[in-house]
Amino acid sequence: MSAPTTTARAIFGRPTFAKRMEQAVLWLLRLGTYFVLLCAATVFIDIGWKGGAVIFRGSAPFINVPFLTESPETLNVFELDGIKTTMGDRAFRQFKATHETALKGVRVDTYVYSAGGIFPNIVGTVLLVAGSVLIALVLGVLSAIYLSEYATDGPFIRFLRLSIVNLAGVPSIVFGLFGFGMFVIALDFGVSLLAGWLTMAFMVLPIIITASEEALKAVPKGYREGSLALGATKFQTIMTNVVPYALPGILTSSVLSIARVAGETAPIMFTAAFVMRDELPWQVQKWTDFFFQGVMALPYHIYVVASKIPQNEYTRDVQYGTAFVFLFTVAAIAMTAVILRQRLRKKYKW
Amino acid sequence: MVTTTVMSESVPSASARQVTVPTAIVAPGNSAPAPAPVMSRAIIEIDDVDFCYGASKALHDITLNIQERQVTAFIGPSGCGKSTLLRCLNRMNDLVDGARVSDGQIRIDGVNIYDPRVDVIELRKRVGMVFQKSNPFPKSIYENITYGLRIQGQRNKARLDEVVERSLRGAALWDEVKDRLHESALGMSGGQQQRLCIARAIAVEPEIILMDEPCSALDPIATAKVEELIHDLKKQFTIVIVTHNMQQAARCSDRTAFFYLGRLIEYAETRTIFMNPSNPQTEAYVSGRFG
Repeated sequence: MSAPTTTARAIFGRPTFAKRMEQAVLWLLRLGTYFVLLCAATVFIDIGWKGGAVIFRGSAPFINVPFLTESPETLNVFELDGIKTTMGDRAFRQFKATHETALKGVRVDTYVYSAGGIFPNIVGTVLLVAGSVLIALVLGVLSAIYLSEYATDGPFIRFLRLSIVNLAGVPSIVFGLFGFGMFVIALDFGVSLLAGWLTMAFMVLPIIITASEEALKAVPKGYREGSLALGATKFQTIMTNVVPYALPGILTSSVLSIARVAGETAPIMFTAAFVMRDELPWQVQKWTDFFFQGVMALPYHIYVVASKIPQNEYTRDVQYGTAFVFLFTVAAIAMTAVILRQRLRKKYKW
Repeated sequence: MVTTTVMSESVPSASARQVTVPTAIVAPGNSAPAPAPVMSRAIIEIDDVDFCYGASKALHDITLNIQERQVTAFIGPSGCGKSTLLRCLNRMNDLVDGARVSDGQIRIDGVNIYDPRVDVIELRKRVGMVFQKSNPFPKSIYENITYGLRIQGQRNKARLDEVVERSLRGAALWDEVKDRLHESALGMSGGQQQRLCIARAIAVEPEIILMDEPCSALDPIATAKVEELIHDLKKQFTIVIVTHNMQQAARCSDRTAFFYLGRLIEYAETRTIFMNPSNPQTEAYVSGRFG
């Protein structure tokens, strides 16, 4: 074949500035996206690797059961007959009672929270998340129904919406202080589950109201009109023919708020979290005490073991192990909501 | 202009309802001869009605009577107010902010339906509606049909079953769906969905069925089925249908009202409107010269 004719060359084209720019921009966008992936992967792999080493065991039962079922303890490290021994506090006390003479003169180093497990923290976090999301869902869905179905637009409603948006912008530490002043002190709940629930419920209300309102508005008008034209009252229409179809969207909002509530440390450190508590939440005198007890929680525990106690090779395990369990717990709670949402989507497909 | 107060004094009593009312009401400014009276009573009396959306007036001085167990068609170009008037008849316009009947009365069986004592829920049970866009609920066919009865508190399974069969037969849908009553209504074809909406409306046993362009989204075969159904239903129900399709009005209605710019231009027997309209605007519209 001979060389391309002039017309063919025109189609082949020359690399122009615009074309090179096109390529450059494409790579910039691509790299930006990959960088995000890299950051996320680094975090997850680091926690997964080092945390996994704490949680998983090479032999049966393959999982570090005590870490998941015991309370945090002080770790005692001492050298006895040339062997370095590490022992949790409870075990060490028993050991000490029987080996009083052998331990005489032996130097015992103690490291707080570095032995035992994080069971009360897992329980506390699950309780905090469940309670606050439940309260926020009830309040939020009621508000969303009012705003989407009943309220007519006016200055007051616009002010209300503005307040909700502003609430979303309030830093969580401010919510924590508000909860402390309002629930812990003024209403005299003390540092308690109830105070933590209410504080965090207020914190995630904007997410739930906004997402639920969107979900309600996305339900076609025809369903409302069809129902009203059959002689249903407005409330019947909303309950039987609007809210059920909006449930998947409402659950999406709860997934977002679960992630937020579970992760926050600032709002609970003043209102609900204890650094250390011996009793488990269900070990209460009477049932009303349940609401007025403080709990241990995973994010607060991470904060404590990572910044409030002396750092050494023993605390590292607790830090990574807790972070690993924490991520897993949040993922598990969120996953439950996601599965529920999928089921509802299938049921009410439109 | 007759005021509302005067009008309410002339509300016919129960016995007066049997009296034949003038069957053709020509809009102000027109003087068409009234067609021969039909021997049926006026179930809906629309009396000098003005209707506003906020500050803008959508209907002006509408006066017309709708005969029991007949099909009455509202025709006219888009925005002429025919759907607005239809939605006044079961007070669906109550849902629109700022929308109100600003003057005149609409009486059904002699009762002013905008009277504060009127229970709008009861009204809508008696005046059913089928919408332009078929709106089966994303539930099963069975649940769609029984929706109206269930919200009224009917829980008797045998009674509900009976109503489902009767309504679906009434809407000529029974044979097509009797084996999949518990499947989602959204799996039906467009025409079936619209007939399901009709079946759902007749399940609550209304007296009047309002249809707002029920066939505008349907293909010709589905449209023919719905029209056939309308023909059957008028033995039992009074039907008011808004349509863009003049052939449809000609095919399935007994009387036709032509609206233009919020005014009733002409109202007469369908044959008269299409064959021998008295108003030049009506003639221009039905012959396709505008609209």
